[in-house]
Amino acid sequence: MDEVAWFAGVATCIKILLIPSYRSTDFEVHRHWLALTHSLPLSNWYSDRTSPWTLDYPPLFAFFEYFLSLPASLIDPTIVNLTQGLNYSADSVVLFQRFSVILSDFMLVFAIYRLTKDLPSSLRGLVCIAILWSPSLFIVDHVHFQYNGFLLGILMLSLSFLREGRDFIGGLFFAVLLCFKHLFAVAAPVYFVYLLRHYCWGKYWIWRFLMLGLMLVSVLSVAFGPFIYYGQMKQVIQQLFPFDRGLCHAYWAPNFWTLYIIADKGIGFILRRLGLNVPAPTASFTGGLVGASPPFAILPKVTPLATFLLVLLSLSPCLVKAWKQPKPDHIIRWVSYAYTCGFLFGWHVHEKASMHFVIPLGFVAVSSLEDAAHYNLLSVVSCYSQFPLLFETKEYPVKVVLLLLHSFLMWSSFSLQFGKYASGKKANDAKSEQGCGERIRLIGKMGRIYLLGLLVIEVWGQFLHTYLLGDKLPFVPLMLVSVYCSFGMVYSWGFQLKMILRCT
Amino acid sequence: MEGKGKEERNPTKKSDRVVVWLLHRKFTLLSILLFAFFLRILVSLHPYSGARRPPMFGDYEAQRHWMEITINIPPREWYKNTTFNHLAYWGLDYPPLTAYQSYFHGIFLRALDPNSVALSSSRGYETPLSKLLMRWTVLSSDALVFFPAALYFVIVYYAGRKDDEVAWQLAMILLLPGVILIDHGHFQYNCISLGLTIGAVAAIISENDVLASVLYCLALNHKQMSAYYAPAFFGHLLGKCIRRKNPLLETMKLGFVVFGTFIIVWWPYLSSVEAILEVLRRLAPFERGIYEDYVANFWCSTSFVIKWKRLFSMQTLRLLSFGATLASILPSTVHQISVPSRQGFLYAMLNSSFSFYLFSFQVHEKSVLLPLVAMSLLALEEPLLFHWFSCYAMLSMYPLLCRDGLVVPYGALLLLSNLLYFTPQVFGGHRRRERVSFGFRKVLMALCLLSFLVIHVIYLSVTPPKRYPFIFEAFIMVLCFSQFVVIAAYTNMKQWMLQSSCFPKEKMH
Repeated sequence: MDEVAWFAGVATCIKILLIPSYRSTDFEVHRHWLALTHSLPLSNWYSDRTSPWTLDYPPLFAFFEYFLSLPASLIDPTIVNLTQGLNYSADSVVLFQRFSVILSDFMLVFAIYRLTKDLPSSLRGLVCIAILWSPSLFIVDHVHFQYNGFLLGILMLSLSFLREGRDFIGGLFFAVLLCFKHLFAVAAPVYFVYLLRHYCWGKYWIWRFLMLGLMLVSVLSVAFGPFIYYGQMKQVIQQLFPFDRGLCHAYWAPNFWTLYIIADKGIGFILRRLGLNVPAPTASFTGGLVGASPPFAILPKVTPLATFLLVLLSLSPCLVKAWKQPKPDHIIRWVSYAYTCGFLFGWHVHEKASMHFVIPLGFVAVSSLEDAAHYNLLSVVSCYSQFPLLFETKEYPVKVVLLLLHSFLMWSSFSLQFGKYASGKKANDAKSEQGCGERIRLIGKMGRIYLLGLLVIEVWGQFLHTYLLGDKLPFVPLMLVSVYCSFGMVYSWGFQLKMILRCT
Repeated sequence: MEGKGKEERNPTKKSDRVVVWLLHRKFTLLSILLFAFFLRILVSLHPYSGARRPPMFGDYEAQRHWMEITINIPPREWYKNTTFNHLAYWGLDYPPLTAYQSYFHGIFLRALDPNSVALSSSRGYETPLSKLLMRWTVLSSDALVFFPAALYFVIVYYAGRKDDEVAWQLAMILLLPGVILIDHGHFQYNCISLGLTIGAVAAIISENDVLASVLYCLALNHKQMSAYYAPAFFGHLLGKCIRRKNPLLETMKLGFVVFGTFIIVWWPYLSSVEAILEVLRRLAPFERGIYEDYVANFWCSTSFVIKWKRLFSMQTLRLLSFGATLASILPSTVHQISVPSRQGFLYAMLNSSFSFYLFSFQVHEKSVLLPLVAMSLLALEEPLLFHWFSCYAMLSMYPLLCRDGLVVPYGALLLLSNLLYFTPQVFGGHRRRERVSFGFRKVLMALCLLSFLVIHVIYLSVTPPKRYPFIFEAFIMVLCFSQFVVIAAYTNMKQWMLQSSCFPKEKMH
């Protein structure tokens, strides 16, 4: 507890210091939800249109906002006022909302404490550095403003129970998580297969299966029951699944579809050069209805169903493994892999979704040198792909130094840790007398070249682009970031798949 | 064999060792440096003194105004009241090096935001860009002066210690919450003068007295407050010189170095005695009272009992404070002249700056940074005392920082410094368990700690009674003063009980 509390404490100090930094519209979104849940009856929560920021999280999150609105109304009634509170930005609301994120993060701290209870203290420190000090969490939750730390805390809590073999409670927490944020459902197939094989399989399988089903139904009914009672289910579903969105988010998340679009554009460009009559794509990928116009010139059109099937297909090796050998030791690896698939092939993915697998992988990273090397690279890529979220000059040094600091810390502490192991193994060698002086290569040659490329892209996007091209092609720097980061993400997916096929 | 022995003593070999040492531990140290820098960036997101508070604004405006003055009018008129330079509006009252620094920073600002330093029209100028640029001038000064100096000091002074301990010591110097808050929150450039001073200390420890003299003179010429350390430097260097082969020659050499540095820095003002006096008059604020606001020093804290300001004339008070300061620095200076040692020198720095803070004329709350930095150099040797002092030094500046709207970073940094002090041992932490043997002492410490915590809350949440609007400030002041006196008395005693053998014998001839 000592170490975890210490790491959490230091992180809390940094979070407090970040209070006056830039806030995105998500801040107002969550403030509006406080007002919405506080001043309207439950039956109107999902149908209110006072602000464009309608409630689009599942009911438990709405209850969470309602719970937060109780102290908020005592601190400053304007915060929870539906009309007067719009775009309210007094110190009271900033402090209240920022502290609500900081305090709700202790869910993650508790989960990490549970998860790392049995690890030796140096490994526990590594996990804390990787997860509690994750720069993505600082950037997205404490600058940009969201509650990912809290939600990921529930996920990690569920995983910590699964690892202990307490499958029922683990499943319960996962069901709760789904009612907080339905985007976490990507891992549901893995949970289903794992729980079926590890929890239900055996003599009393029918009872256990029914127990699980009953648990799921009761969680869902607690969350959705009131809305069914008020006949609001249609509105809820419409809010939760807005399938009229485009394939990619406004800023392309670094996933497979980014590469797909670029490939399409590239092929189209080459064919046009060759004299073939290829229609140039007109519609953007980010907004509008999908079916309205074919945005792809050459490659086949992508539909939500196709992305869904592709996610399932990429998940299947992991599901087979989970079916064959359902071992608690591998569950975190499988769940992270599921989120990776969802991120890489999913429909309308946000760049923030990469945290869904980067955070759990922080725990996997301490299991071997290979995992550590992969994690070092992945966390840099994931954090870097979130840089465009903070676009103001004021926060520029914050994000750069934060990423540098974290990668240095991880790199040095992981090298030290695995260096220790390496020298411990060769205890009989004469060489090991030098002890930790022997340096192990955490990041290989390719990795280094790749990271150097990130630096080039950052320098280009920040300085050279406006200097050399002026206002021309303003979208190129952002596009370069997401395309370049997608390569890293695809590598990470491949690596995870390889590790799953080999180790589990 | 003899040759080898000589080589070991050779300073170049020593610097080689330093390089090897650095390479070996570069990641830990780099992480600490980056973390310290990161914290400074975070604190600089918060408000500064006098933000959006016309007509006088605060220290931020003073610094900006000096940039405006120095880049727009010739150096000779910087300290003069002219049509463009109204001394009543934040007239330059720091020595020339501060003016030069303002000049360079002013050029930087002019290049990126010309309106922010335009003559006369830019008063109270605050745009997001200009604020950012101003913050960056402090950040860069800190990274270029304070950081290398602290690293240099830690490497030479704690060379024989374990890696973890050295890293912890470096963190303690670089993460002093008080210094970070005043420089990057409140807005000042203490990092430059303090950094130069630490550099001078490191130079003395690595036996480079000439460099030390130059650096210390630069520190003096950046902020006259650096004179708080002067008795220690004077005593230690004199004590060392008179032990050398040619005491007179050595002393003369350092005297010339000091003289030369001053001449170079003061060059634009050496045209006449009148010009020099003009600058000097700006530097010495003798027109002001013996204390301002609620500073936790002797004069202010005892003013409840003895109404100094009413009983004595200004002239008498000046003499009184001068006498008291002199008397209190005498022991530590005499100790350094008679038995100079490295450790003793650090204690002497602490003691003399403490004496100035407690007894000298016109002390500001922020002056507590000087003894605080001196104490931080000894963090590894006096961990508990250092931590205790650091917390109370923060408390003594609490009302000031509250006025600047810096309560949030104050709380965060106070918590952080406590966490770092208690870094778990596994992660390179240095935790020495202090044995508190007497029940009485334990109770006393608990009481102090309790009042420390309670006063923070009360100050923020309770409105003081109308008859005594400053009752809480006064309580904070008395509480801090009581701690400071005890700490100062202890460190003075400690300095006298040091064994003179700490100084390497072979260096003495």
